[in-house]
Amino acid sequence: MSYHEAPTIAAPDAPRLDQDDRPTLRFVTCGSVDDGKSTLVGRLLYDSKTLLDDQLDALASESKTAGTTGGDLDFALLVDGLQAEREQGITIDVAYRFFATKLRRFIVADTPGHTQYTRNMATGASNADLAVVLVDARKGVITQTRRHSHILSLLGIRHVVLAVNKMDLVSFDGGRFAAITAEYLTLAGQLGISQVQCIPVVAPDGDNIAVASTRMPWYTGPTVTAYLESVDVAGDISARPFRLPVQWVNRPHAEFRGFSGRIAGGAIAAGETVTVQPSGRRTLVARILTPGGERDRAAAGESVTLTLTDEIDVSRGDVLTAGAAPLVSDQLAAHLVWFDDDAMVPGRRYMLKCGTASSGAVITTFKHRIAIDTMAQESATTLDANQIGYVHLSLDRALVFEAYRDSREMGSFILVDPISHRTAAAGMIDRSLRRATNIHWQRLAVDKSVRARLKQQRPCVLWFTGLSGAGKSTIADLVDRRLAEFGRHAALLDGDNLRHGINRDLGFSSSERMENVRRVAEIAALFVDAGMIALVALISPFRSEREMARHRIEAGEFIEIHVATPLAECERRDPKGLYRKARAGELPGFTGIDDPYEAPQAPEITIDTSELTSEAACERIIRYLQEGHYL
Amino acid sequence: MSGQLAPTMVAAPAQDASDDAAMRHGATSHLRRLEAESIHILRETAAEFRKPVMLYSIGKDSSVLLHLAMKAFDPGRPPFPLLHVDTTWKFREMIAFRDRRARELGLDLIVHTNQDGLNQGITPFTHGSARYTDVMKTQALRQALDLHGFDAAIGGARRDEEKSRAKERVFSHRSAAHHWDPKNQRPELWSLYNTMLAPGESMRVFPLSNWTELDIWDYILLESIPIVPLYLAAKRPVVERDGALIMVDDERMPLLADEAPRWRSVRFRTLGCYPLSGATISTAATLPEIVREMMASRTSERQGRMIDRDSPASMERKKAEGYF
Repeated sequence: MSYHEAPTIAAPDAPRLDQDDRPTLRFVTCGSVDDGKSTLVGRLLYDSKTLLDDQLDALASESKTAGTTGGDLDFALLVDGLQAEREQGITIDVAYRFFATKLRRFIVADTPGHTQYTRNMATGASNADLAVVLVDARKGVITQTRRHSHILSLLGIRHVVLAVNKMDLVSFDGGRFAAITAEYLTLAGQLGISQVQCIPVVAPDGDNIAVASTRMPWYTGPTVTAYLESVDVAGDISARPFRLPVQWVNRPHAEFRGFSGRIAGGAIAAGETVTVQPSGRRTLVARILTPGGERDRAAAGESVTLTLTDEIDVSRGDVLTAGAAPLVSDQLAAHLVWFDDDAMVPGRRYMLKCGTASSGAVITTFKHRIAIDTMAQESATTLDANQIGYVHLSLDRALVFEAYRDSREMGSFILVDPISHRTAAAGMIDRSLRRATNIHWQRLAVDKSVRARLKQQRPCVLWFTGLSGAGKSTIADLVDRRLAEFGRHAALLDGDNLRHGINRDLGFSSSERMENVRRVAEIAALFVDAGMIALVALISPFRSEREMARHRIEAGEFIEIHVATPLAECERRDPKGLYRKARAGELPGFTGIDDPYEAPQAPEITIDTSELTSEAACERIIRYLQEGHYL
Repeated sequence: MSGQLAPTMVAAPAQDASDDAAMRHGATSHLRRLEAESIHILRETAAEFRKPVMLYSIGKDSSVLLHLAMKAFDPGRPPFPLLHVDTTWKFREMIAFRDRRARELGLDLIVHTNQDGLNQGITPFTHGSARYTDVMKTQALRQALDLHGFDAAIGGARRDEEKSRAKERVFSHRSAAHHWDPKNQRPELWSLYNTMLAPGESMRVFPLSNWTELDIWDYILLESIPIVPLYLAAKRPVVERDGALIMVDDERMPLLADEAPRWRSVRFRTLGCYPLSGATISTAATLPEIVREMMASRTSERQGRMIDRDSPASMERKKAEGYF
């Protein structure tokens, strides 16, 4: 019996629900230090009458002891929760507040104005429908205002309330308000923020917050509360093509196999066709399970579990789609808001998370940085914390996505530093760098497992890494021959040989070496897909490159073999005379001499040919394959 | 002591009434949105962590959390056990309810008590609520998490509960020593959660972050979720102490010379250890009455919690200790 159908113990006096259905508006507040954001939010809470007696009592007593308003109610104390910020009188992190009026519920993300905490503003804005931007009437539009507005526009915020605060300190001057309004509207126009409402306020006194100010009769527009209650921010994401990023495969027993996730766009009905991306396989939706039980139809925003009519391979990170195809590519262009104190480094690997999919990602090209004050594109080599840039990214695997302007859910990602695990950046996808929209992944009817069964072997990659002259090619060649004796099907990819063919356009710069390794990994992956055993003999000195290759291959199919012959022994052998040349300075950047070799930390197999003959090494590898049931 | 017969479980309205309510709650309604978001968070936790656990405190928030977990993985079972940190001072009705729910739902329930604290004889009456809470709840939880090697602990805390909670992330990182660094939290954008951990580190996950107390009650009513009967008004033996009504749940409670338990109609807005849970005078004996009382209420739910007032972390105390 499903949980939904479980009997509940019913009370006899089945009551009517006093339930209302006021919609929720999520908004973010932002502005510079001391513009009075926390005070404004506190005032909204206070005026909405959502504060309770004990909270009001606490506010009154705290205003006397901890307040910065000389004993008057200090509304900022309602929202500044963390010990440190109360002591410093500043807000240091996003705070979420809840209040409701007769017409709407509100969730407010109150965000800090300090430059170093800009990341928190982006955080608050990422889930907001609207932003309240505060400016100090005395200062007008300042750099922080531009920076925040730019982040808002990048994050897809199209509705802004500009609250011009501290009007009392400019003698309620309507001319001053008009000047600030004009300046901000110009900025908003440049940024594509289509809907702006400017309101002059005095947050601590409540002027134009919930009640129209009597001190500014020249202003005839709505109060902040009235505007928030009435503004229409709804964009109908259920009218878009259907997208369900698969979060969880629900397989409690052999008879049930469901795919769970939250619908990111569109709607679906039982019996409709869906395409699994990126594989491109098509099938029909059999059943739709929702938190309220089984239904015929479900739409964007709902967390559901779908069952399909065919038993096809679907896993976390795949996306069930219908209607117009999403973008599928491993190369994309995106805006980044950098968060981490460690600056962005092109070429470095990060972990990318988009929807429910994760992939290794390298920033291949840093196109430009955006000057916050002028919005101009400027060339730069690094991106520091709180800066915004435009980059090209290369991923380890094809990702299913859409442009951020079309879908927040399908077009956003984060980059995580693989060492520190900090969230290094937030990304908004601009476009795919390949014409993948119209090129579906070829649907493969005969897959790897079918081929492998034909060959009676488990496909895998044997990746031999080690110094030049360590014996990689020799051992790989022996293993290749032994496999042939067993009637197994293998292919040997030798680094030197490949440089005569597919890689002959590559030199030895670090980026060309990286490309060399990438191509070899791709070729090895194709052989594995064909059900074969690929033997790769390549110095591949860098750990990150080998990890990239490992990620390209399915878990359990990548066997790293460290041919760990010591440098002294390799140099003594010097079969190609390369060490001699390197020592003579004729081969700059030679691995082991003036370029590092990063030994594997946890290779599947380690072989030192100064202790083991090549034949013994070969037998050891064959034994590993037999014990692991590869053969 | 308490001689009355109480139902061991309460459930809200009859099925037809909640169906009716569900009709009015279309797919996009407020509670359905919260529900969908929480289920997304629960599935994300199950998918991204090696060994998650759900903290089950038996209260109303835990009841909602458990209900959401059952839905998230239906028709399967939640892929994580429940963990209850038992201080040995919970209301007896809570323990009975806990065991019955776990049995009915066929869930794996782990009960952990800080044996060291027990051996040291630490009780809320003898050591003060702050020290007692630290030893029997905070330290006990760490022990349990370390003992079982859990890397994610799902809890029912809400952002509307108190000010510092309002700033915590949905996926809140803990160091290997279980410390929270509020000034150095990971940015949390969209519904993309950074779940990466170094060895020994863990995550606290709060699927109910965006729910309010009223949402919880509305949802309990809408979904007929069983809750501990202590939330409903009934005549119970209470004494008035430091301005709070404390229920005399068993004979371990030392009574002062001038104290005599009186039977009064009370209910609890939050449940925890009985010596630390203040009751409120109420006649709201059904869930709809509770919701109505809630909407008219002029005090917050934490008002009944003795811990908050006694805690040295409270702002008043900090200031009194010499900030000014």
